[in-house]
Amino acid sequence: MNRLAMQLPGLDLRNPIMPASGCFGFGQEYAKLYDLEKLGAIMIKATTEEPRRGNPTPRVAETAAGMLNAIGLQNPGLEHVMNNELKWLAQYDVPIIANVAGSETADYVEVAKRISTAPNVKALELNISCPNVKCGGIQFGTDPQTAQELTAAVKAVSQVPVYVKLSPNVTSVVELAKAVEAGGADGITMINTLVGMRLDERTGKPVIANKTGGLSGPAVKPVAIRMVYEVYNAVNIPIIGMGGITDAQDVIDFMSAGASAVAVGTANFVDHFVCPNLVEALPAKLDALGVTHISEIIGRSHR
Amino acid sequence: MQQERMKVVRQAQIAKNIYEITLRGQIVQDMSPGQFVHIRVTDALEPLLRRPISIANVNKELSEFTMIYRAEGRGTQVLATKREEDQVDVLGPIGNGFPLDAVKAGDTALLVGGGIGVPPLYELSKQLNAKGVKTIHVMGFQTAEVCFYENEFLALGETQYVTVDGTHRHTGFVTDVLNKFQPEFDVFYSCGPMPMLRALEAYYPDKPGYLSFEERMGCGIGACFACVCDTTDQDERDYVKVCSDGPVFPKGTVAL
Repeated sequence: MNRLAMQLPGLDLRNPIMPASGCFGFGQEYAKLYDLEKLGAIMIKATTEEPRRGNPTPRVAETAAGMLNAIGLQNPGLEHVMNNELKWLAQYDVPIIANVAGSETADYVEVAKRISTAPNVKALELNISCPNVKCGGIQFGTDPQTAQELTAAVKAVSQVPVYVKLSPNVTSVVELAKAVEAGGADGITMINTLVGMRLDERTGKPVIANKTGGLSGPAVKPVAIRMVYEVYNAVNIPIIGMGGITDAQDVIDFMSAGASAVAVGTANFVDHFVCPNLVEALPAKLDALGVTHISEIIGRSHR
Repeated sequence: MQQERMKVVRQAQIAKNIYEITLRGQIVQDMSPGQFVHIRVTDALEPLLRRPISIANVNKELSEFTMIYRAEGRGTQVLATKREEDQVDVLGPIGNGFPLDAVKAGDTALLVGGGIGVPPLYELSKQLNAKGVKTIHVMGFQTAEVCFYENEFLALGETQYVTVDGTHRHTGFVTDVLNKFQPEFDVFYSCGPMPMLRALEAYYPDKPGYLSFEERMGCGIGACFACVCDTTDQDERDYVKVCSDGPVFPKGTVAL
């Protein structure tokens, strides 16, 4: 028996570990370091209908146990991703979760419609939570009504299940979670980054050219755990949890709070082998907890 | 590219806030001049990210390499506390370095460095000299107390040091020295602050040249898109990533 296997809408995961969108490109770079089939799935970099150049540099800044980024959804555009990146990834037996972004509803719908037809795209991740672009992104993720309508519009055209990526930069993440569930979402991924700022010691001005950036890394884990915990109680669709995961205990914590699988972001920059290392470390954790299969710990914080 | 826990062979302060650290390990065998390594200075979560640091000197026989860095931020300050026998987590070597085949034996190469951009030019100069290429070194620093490696470069060829405040050797910028001496050469190689690279590219419009760039990095392997630079009209790409496409580019590639 595979103690780590997990079934989620559209996703047949050999383990619950996947790199988070934006931290892994489209896989080519990490494929030089290890076999991508060690991963449960891959959340590829956000794709928009047209190519995007992203924000001016500096785009990243380190903070206490974390980092800020304002990349700005740089990507080569839908056509290129369909014809190159996704085709290249098809050589690996690993489900792809395509992160879909746009400036307005029509953009999201168009990208979702087309990218969901790629054979290896098993699910979509609707990006309504990017804090680093002027139009779209987080605009769709802060108002429940807007989020619900966008989810419904994307669901209507997608060939594969739709997960919605929630922002922590809201008054009530539970309201957003309920809204996307009502809009027909098959699952939730959470959390995106927290909007932050770092100042230059000398000039007193923001370090990042975009001024604000999204905070990620171990520093955000308590916020993410709290939000997964709350959302687990409020919805009946599965959650893929993320926010500062660096070791196997973090995975256990997210799943205990209610996540059915987890994504790893910033840690991929610190230990480039973190994802396969987590997969290897999990069985010993399960032994220590006296658990046969990892699904047994999902939501145990609530029992 | 590999990830390896390398052992500290020695570390010394060689100028004000400037340290020289030598590490031993297998990945040294893959190193070439102008490449860099991505260093994790602690197993703790603070400071979190790796630091990209250039390769200053390589000794493949001993499996040792040397980095010269300025201990300015928290990461490099932690690195400066490492002592003999300590371990350092190194990912590397990374990137495309200086092309040695741009010159042949008997040619002359001009190497121009600025501040903490000087170190990678040392290994380059060693390898060019080994190939029978004559090297001329022009190295600029802010002030006397941050100058380093003058004797090392002198041992390899004609060397001019210049400080902005005139406290050591010539006064001014590297371009002032080039103006004065008008060196004859075939190809130039450079690493240093952006204004210096810009001035150099403008100063030698007709000479082939290679420039090494620096940018804040995340992953260091080309996945995160933190270190992108715009390109000029001469390059068909819209952008390049300093970590995986560079850090060295032919002059005229990156929009300065």
